[in-house]
Amino acid sequence: MNQLMRFTRVHGDSKVAPFVAILVILTALASLGNLLMPQDSIFYVSTYTITLLGKYLCYAMLALAVDVIWGYCGILSLGHGAFFALGGYGMGMYLMRQIGDRGVYGNPELPDFMVFLNWTELPWFWYGFDQFWFAMLMVLLIPGTLAFIFGWLAFRSRVTGVYLSIMTQALTYALLLAFFRNEMGFGGNNGLTDFKDILGFDLQSDNTRVALFATTAFLLGLTFIISHKILKSRMGKVIVAIRDGESRARFLGYRTERYKVWLFVYSAMIAGIAGALYVPQVGIINPGEFSPLNSIEIVIWVAVGGRGTLIGAIVGALLVNYAKTKFTAIMPDGWLFALGAMFVLVTLFLPQGLVGLFNKFKGNKPDNNAGSHALEPKATEDAKA
Amino acid sequence: MRHLFAIMSVCLALFSVSVQANEQTTNESSISPNSAALIAQLAEVKLSKTLPVLEQLEAVGGAELLPLFTTLLEGKLYYVKASKQIVAVEKKGSDYLVSDLFSAQLLGAMKKKEIKKIRVNNKLRVFLRQAIARLQIKSPEPEKRLIAIKALYGSLTDSTIDTLKKVYPDETNLEVKEAIELAFALYESKSPLAEKRLAAVNGLAESLENEARNSLTYLVENDSDKKVQMAAGAALKKINERIEFYDFVDQLFFGLSLGSVLLLAAIGLAITFGVMGVINMAHGEMIMLGAYTTYVVQLLMPDAIEYSLLVAVPAAFVVSGLVGILIERGVIRFLHGRPLETLLATFGISLILQQLVRTVFSPLNRQVESPLWMSGSLEINPVLSLTLNRLYILAFALLVFGLLLIILRKTSLGLNVRAVSQNRSMAKAMGIRTDWVDAMTFGLGSGIAGIAGVALSQLTNVGPNLGQSYIIDSFMVVVFGGVGNLWGTLVAAFSLGVANKFLEPVTGAVLASILVLVFIILFIQKKPKGLFPQKGRAAE
Repeated sequence: MNQLMRFTRVHGDSKVAPFVAILVILTALASLGNLLMPQDSIFYVSTYTITLLGKYLCYAMLALAVDVIWGYCGILSLGHGAFFALGGYGMGMYLMRQIGDRGVYGNPELPDFMVFLNWTELPWFWYGFDQFWFAMLMVLLIPGTLAFIFGWLAFRSRVTGVYLSIMTQALTYALLLAFFRNEMGFGGNNGLTDFKDILGFDLQSDNTRVALFATTAFLLGLTFIISHKILKSRMGKVIVAIRDGESRARFLGYRTERYKVWLFVYSAMIAGIAGALYVPQVGIINPGEFSPLNSIEIVIWVAVGGRGTLIGAIVGALLVNYAKTKFTAIMPDGWLFALGAMFVLVTLFLPQGLVGLFNKFKGNKPDNNAGSHALEPKATEDAKA
Repeated sequence: MRHLFAIMSVCLALFSVSVQANEQTTNESSISPNSAALIAQLAEVKLSKTLPVLEQLEAVGGAELLPLFTTLLEGKLYYVKASKQIVAVEKKGSDYLVSDLFSAQLLGAMKKKEIKKIRVNNKLRVFLRQAIARLQIKSPEPEKRLIAIKALYGSLTDSTIDTLKKVYPDETNLEVKEAIELAFALYESKSPLAEKRLAAVNGLAESLENEARNSLTYLVENDSDKKVQMAAGAALKKINERIEFYDFVDQLFFGLSLGSVLLLAAIGLAITFGVMGVINMAHGEMIMLGAYTTYVVQLLMPDAIEYSLLVAVPAAFVVSGLVGILIERGVIRFLHGRPLETLLATFGISLILQQLVRTVFSPLNRQVESPLWMSGSLEINPVLSLTLNRLYILAFALLVFGLLLIILRKTSLGLNVRAVSQNRSMAKAMGIRTDWVDAMTFGLGSGIAGIAGVALSQLTNVGPNLGQSYIIDSFMVVVFGGVGNLWGTLVAAFSLGVANKFLEPVTGAVLASILVLVFIILFIQKKPKGLFPQKGRAAE
C-alpha cells in the first residue's frame, strides 16, 4: 500500500479521476445550460461562450501534447503549432469539400479559392478528403508522419536541448512560408473558411456547437487518461529517466531515441486532433496558425500551469487563454506586455508553475515529477557553457 | 563614376534649381544678340511654329541655352504679359515665383494673370531632349558628355552624327571616345552598304549596351547580306556569353550581400549563443533597437543625414549593448545552466521589447534615409552595376567580423571570455570575475546586433518585426557554422546567402528559403555540431 502511495506521488497524478469528473460535470452543465435553459435564465450559457469554451479545450489538449514531451521527456518543441495547424488543415479540407456547390462560384468539385485561381481540377492531395473517416485518418497520420520523420532524424543523431527547439521552430516557420503560397493548394494567405456543415449538421446551429464542444471535452478527457496511462507505465518511467539523464538511460540499455520518437509522434497526433476540433469551432484555418509565436505561446501555457503535471498544462492553457480573451478586450496593446512578462516571471519565480505553487502552499513535498531535477543547474553544464 | 547615377538622374529629370544657377553664372554674359532675338520670339509664336524657332536657336547658340531648353521641357517657362520678358516660374502654393531665366535671380512673386506659360507638345519635347543632349556633348565635364551621348543612341540622326564627328577628334576622354565610336557603329549598321554594316558589326561586338544588342539582333534577323548576318550572329553570341557571365557575377554579388546581412545578424548571436552558450531569443530585438536608434539619430540631426550613420553606429552599439547588459543582469544570470528556461525568458523579453517599440514609435514601418554616399551604384559596365549600399554593407560586415575576431583573440576581455566559456569554475578560481565577463560578453554580442540594425536599416524597412524575421536565420547560420566558431559563422553566412540567391531564380524566393531551411535541418542530422565543430573537451 505504501508502495502504491509512493508510486502515485512520483507520478503526481493521483487526481485523474476527480479531474475527469469535474470536466464531465462542467461540460454537461454548460451544454444543458445552452440547450435547455431559456435565454433569460441565469443558468443560460450563450452559444458564444460554448464556442469559446470549446476553443479553450482545444488549446488545453494542445498544451497536454506539449506537456507530454516537454514536461516528461524534456523535449522543448517550439513547433507544436505546426502539428496543430496540420490537423486543422485536414479537418478544413474535409469541411471545404462539404461545401459542395454552395460556394460563391458554385463549383461542385473545386473549393472557391481554386476556381478563383483558375484551377481546372482537384489536386491529387485533396482526393479522399470528402470522406470524413479519411480526413480524420489524415488528421492523425499527417502530423504523426511528419513528427516521425522529424523525430527520427533528430533524435537518432542526438540533437537535443536548445538545438532541437530551434529546429522545431524552423520547421513550423518553413511550413508557415510554404502554406502562404497559393501554389500549395491550401488557400494561401486566406486559408480555408466559409464552412457550411460537418457530417451533414449545420455548423451554425446551437446543437452542432454544443456537440462539438462536448466532443472536444470528451476527447480531452480521453487523451488525458491515455497520456496518464502511458506515463504511468513502464515506458513512462523510461521517458522520465531520459529527461533526467539521457546518457545514463542509454547506458542502461534503453534505446532512448525510440522512446523519444514514439512519444513525439503521440504528442503530434494529439496536437493534430486538437487542431481538427479547433477548426470547425472557430470556422477558419489559415497559415497564421503556423507562426512560431503561436507555438511558443503553447509552451507558456504549460509553464504557467506547471510542466510535468498533465493537469497543470490543462489548467495553464485555460487560465492563460481566459486572461488573453479578457485582456485583449480591455487593452489590446497590453497583451503582449503581459505575455512577455509572464514568460520572464514564470521562468524566474515559478519554475513549477501554478501546480507547484499549489503543492507548496499545501505543504506537500515538492513533486518529483515536475521536472525539478531538470531545473537544477548541472555542474557539468558549467564546463560546457 | 560613383556619382554617375546621381548625375544621370539630375540630367534626365532635368534639373534642380541649383544646377541651373551654376550654369547661369558661367554663361550669363554669353547670350548673343542673335539668340536673344530668337528667344524673344518664343513669347509670340504659336505652338506649331515654336519648333523652327528652337531649331534656329540651337544653330546659333551653344551650351548657354541649356537652361532655356530644360526649363521649357519642364514646362516652367513663362513670359510676363506686360514686358514680354521670358522667365522661369516656380509655382509655390498659390504664388508664382518668377526668376530670371539665365541668372536664376529671383524677380519676385507674380499673379497668375500677369504671366503666361509657353506651351510645349510631345513633338517639341522629343526635340528638346535631343537638343539638350547635343548641347551637352560639348559640356566640359566628361561624365556629362558620356551621358549625353548615351542618351542619343536611340535616335541617331544625320545631324547628330555630324555633331559627334565634329567633337570626336578633339575628345580626350577614352570612355567618351568609345561611346562616340559606338554611336558611329550604330549609325553605320543601318547603312545601305554591306561593307559598312560589316565594319559596324565589329564595332558593336565589343559593346554591352542594349542598343548594340538590339541592332545586332535586327541585323541577324533582317539583313540581306549573308556575311553581315553571320558576323552579327557571332558577335551577338559573344555578347550574350559575356552577359551571362556578368549575370552570374551579379547573382554572386547579391548572394554575398545577403550573406553579409546574415553575417551581421548572426555574428552577435555567435558570441552570446556560440561562445557563452546563452540562448537569446531577444537577439532579433537588439537588431531592431539598433535600427530604431538610427531612426532616432536621424530625427535628432535632420540637417546632417550624411553623417548620421557615423553617429548611429556607436549609438546603436551603446543602446543595444546596454539593453543587453540589463537583460543579462536582470534575467539571464539567474537562469545559468538552464538553456530552455533562458530561451523562454528571453522570448518573453523579445515580446516586451517589440510591444514597447510598437507603443512608442507606432506599429508602422519607419523610414530611415540613406545618405547620398550610400545611394547610387557602381557601374562596372552596362549590364553589371553593384549598388553602393550593398557594397558598403558587405565591407562593413567584414570589418565588424575582423574587429570582433581581434577583440576575442587579442584583448584581455577576449581572453577572459574564452576562459569562462571553456571552464567557468576554473576561470573563477583563477580570479576572473565571471559575472563581469558574462555581462560584458553579452553586452558585446548585443551591441554588435545593434550595429547590424544600423546596416539593416539601410536595406529594409524599419519596423517592430524587423528582428523577428532574422532570428531564425541567424540561429541557422550559427548552428550551421558550428557553435562557438566565428569563422564557421562567416562561412555559413556567405554560403547560405549565395545558395539562397542562386536557388531563387529557379524556385522562387519563398521556396528557396524553405529549401535552405530543410537543407540545414538535414545537415544538422549529419553533423550536429555544425560545419566546424569545436574540438576537444569544450565540445562536450
